[in-house]
Amino acid sequence: MTLPLHSRKDLTARIMQEKIYSLLQQGKRLDGRGPRDLRPLTIQTNLVEKAEGSALVTMGGTKILTGIKVEVGTPYSDRPDEGSFAVNAELLPLASTTFEPGPPDERGVELARVVDRSLREGKAIDLKKLCIVEGEKAYILFIDIYVLDYDGNYYDPALISAMAALATLKIPRYRVVDGKLEKTDEYFTPELTALPFSVMIGVLGEKFLVDPQIDEEKVLDVSLIIGTDEKGNVVSIQKNSPGPVPMNLMDDIIELAWEKTQEIRRKFLETVPVKLAGE
Amino acid sequence: MSKPKLITEDGIRTDGRRFDELRPIKMEVGVLDKSDGSAYVEFGKTRVFAAVFGPREVHPRHLSLPDRAILNCRYHMTSFSVEERKPLGMTRREVELSKVIREALETVVFLEEFPRTCIDIYIEVVQADGGTRTTGLTAASLALADAGIPMADLIAAVAVGKVDGQLVLDLNDIEDKYGEADMPIAMAPRFDSIVLLQLNGRISKDEFPRALALAKKGIMEIYKLQREALKRKYSATPQGGM
Repeated sequence: MTLPLHSRKDLTARIMQEKIYSLLQQGKRLDGRGPRDLRPLTIQTNLVEKAEGSALVTMGGTKILTGIKVEVGTPYSDRPDEGSFAVNAELLPLASTTFEPGPPDERGVELARVVDRSLREGKAIDLKKLCIVEGEKAYILFIDIYVLDYDGNYYDPALISAMAALATLKIPRYRVVDGKLEKTDEYFTPELTALPFSVMIGVLGEKFLVDPQIDEEKVLDVSLIIGTDEKGNVVSIQKNSPGPVPMNLMDDIIELAWEKTQEIRRKFLETVPVKLAGE
Repeated sequence: MSKPKLITEDGIRTDGRRFDELRPIKMEVGVLDKSDGSAYVEFGKTRVFAAVFGPREVHPRHLSLPDRAILNCRYHMTSFSVEERKPLGMTRREVELSKVIREALETVVFLEEFPRTCIDIYIEVVQADGGTRTTGLTAASLALADAGIPMADLIAAVAVGKVDGQLVLDLNDIEDKYGEADMPIAMAPRFDSIVLLQLNGRISKDEFPRALALAKKGIMEIYKLQREALKRKYSATPQGGM
């Protein structure tokens, strides 16, 4: 018996799937990349002056804008000495015919939560540095991700843009005067404590590819988003589509994810000024 | 609250288990009358009901697909299932988990047998003590079988995690909360394939193969219990001719 998924694609998708698979067998892809090549990456920071941090990232034809707004609020009672962050993501209707206006659907929720997990478990920032007065005042970062143009794989550029916006964040410094909080003219950039990045890996038959473009994404058997940090920890995984991942492919998938996320880290450090803690 | 000690020097966990032991498991199919198939599954103090309706007509009708059934899935926790009352309605976490659970089930259900219909799966967590999505998925798979919906395989699921620096099987709530990693995994064992995989936390890439092997060991035990639960309801002993 075989799994039922193979008959689910419509005719055009099946033709495309055969084409993409036969290209992969020759080590090629539709857009001229090799199976293990990422799309070209560009990162621009500080695009939005009204946001305390912002970044526009393109990965091939996928374009993501992330802005961070900072507010002062009360720390959580179980973590009185820490600030906090919240990630939101919206798949904007201008980005794709398949996105609709309205509150985030399950795809938007999933994107936000996957990025959140990578940042949190990857320990990208030290939340203790975001505390102003213990138990009373702390910075809250609202990391809002907008997909502007969707040409496949919005997960990885979304995390890159969130990291770039965090790296270039300018938070107004507050001081306590007579028990009251007062905004000063100074700004500070909290240092990054780690560099989590993710890569989306697609499986088609026994073949892999990284960073799928939209035509590939539609016909993959299954895909996974795997996040790592610079120390060789896997910090997040999300299998984000139906389909089976053969158990015997997992070791290779993890190794490939490590190699490609290291490449993204190198590219990130070439373009974004990073103050990494302990350096 | 500071982090409690989760594993003793002798390798005993907070609930008395060894690193590779599952919690006490109960499974029963056909527990709810109005649905077409249902199941109750318990992993320690985690308790979950699942029910299946369908294949049935799609409303509104234009959402139906000409070549196969639509699979809908709602993973939901009761308000009192957790320490602090969960607000009513769907949280973002529940929206995400409904999606990944549905995608795991879509992998094995023969949807093309039932064009223009839908199959609805409802998972209700009545008490959450760690591993609710994996318990829910295990229950949903049983409920689908109870409803007589053809599948390529049952799906069995469990979490592996890292607690006090050690890999452990089937995290309970306190291990999930204070541990270093939680990795829920579901498999279609006949195909030796993973159908759900998430990781929240940190596992070094060198530990990864061991974590997968540990999960697979647990999954094979759960898979056996699932088949036994189905047999308890459906096996027939020949009574002899009249």
